[in-house]
Amino acid sequence: MSKPTPRRATALLALYLALGIAFGFVLTQSEVVSWYRIQEMFHFQSFRMFGIIGSAVATAAISIAVLKRLGVRAASGEPIAIPTKKLGTGIRYAVGGFLFGLGWALTGACPGPLFSLVGSGATVYLAAILAALAGTWLYGWLRPRLPH
Amino acid sequence: MNAILHSEWPWYVAGPLIGLFVPALLVVGNKVFGISSNLRHLCAVIAPGKIEFFRYDWRDAGLWNLLFLAGVVAGGFLAAHFGAHAIAISPAARVTQAGFGIHDFSGLAPREIFSWAALGTLRGFVSIVIGGLLVGFGTAYAGGCTSGHAISGLANFELPSLIAVVGFFAGGLLASWLLLPALLGGAL
Repeated sequence: MSKPTPRRATALLALYLALGIAFGFVLTQSEVVSWYRIQEMFHFQSFRMFGIIGSAVATAAISIAVLKRLGVRAASGEPIAIPTKKLGTGIRYAVGGFLFGLGWALTGACPGPLFSLVGSGATVYLAAILAALAGTWLYGWLRPRLPH
Repeated sequence: MNAILHSEWPWYVAGPLIGLFVPALLVVGNKVFGISSNLRHLCAVIAPGKIEFFRYDWRDAGLWNLLFLAGVVAGGFLAAHFGAHAIAISPAARVTQAGFGIHDFSGLAPREIFSWAALGTLRGFVSIVIGGLLVGFGTAYAGGCTSGHAISGLANFELPSLIAVVGFFAGGLLASWLLLPALLGGAL
């Protein structure tokens, strides 16, 4: 596996930035960043969010299958391979997922939207980002004592 | 063009567009789409301390993702300025949320909770600060969020991600049905 040249590496970094801009735009336009939509979803009062998440997963799944079948290489030169997550006891996924779910409904935002909301002018979400950083730091500190 | 930017995108347009970021990142650099790793990278940049979880080469592991994240902020800005439109939730949702004490349905989130002025109130503090803390702790513990587990993980048929997503919804349902009514409905 060859490392990309410095010039190519810089071009790739610019591409990540461009993709991020597109993602922030799509997140906001599709309204998945909205507290109103998140509450509507958790109260099963519209199909919209379920349709969005379901069709996003289906699109991604079909894309991954096609990329694997074609044996596509990434522009960086690496073969495309997705590392699989270790199951372990599964506790981290169940408990961590549950705690994130509480936060998702309270803030009305997952991590991507926390950042796009700040960009869209809802600057109070900066406080939520700082709190999220504190939460991640707390996890890092407690990690050796937590079941995984 | 203007009409597309200033109207609600149907779910079958929005969903596939979001899903396409998974192959896009794989094709560019064999990167797995997942936003919450950035919270870890930012901790590693700002305050790694002596904590093993934050002591790694964040430039090597996460520079690409931090740039993606910077783009997300810019994308939010662009959408707000060129694509702003009112959010039309269903009538049933409006009744429920009015029951939470929401009167002003403008913007992406209710100003009555999500504003600097409301941050000092109990409802604002719990929604923003406690909510944010849970997002950060929960995603780090679970090793992913809606993008990493619900989209990338489910699309790759991974059991850990399915468990995490069931957890997301269990937590979200509890907060949305029990915590929020108590917090916002004035019972607290």
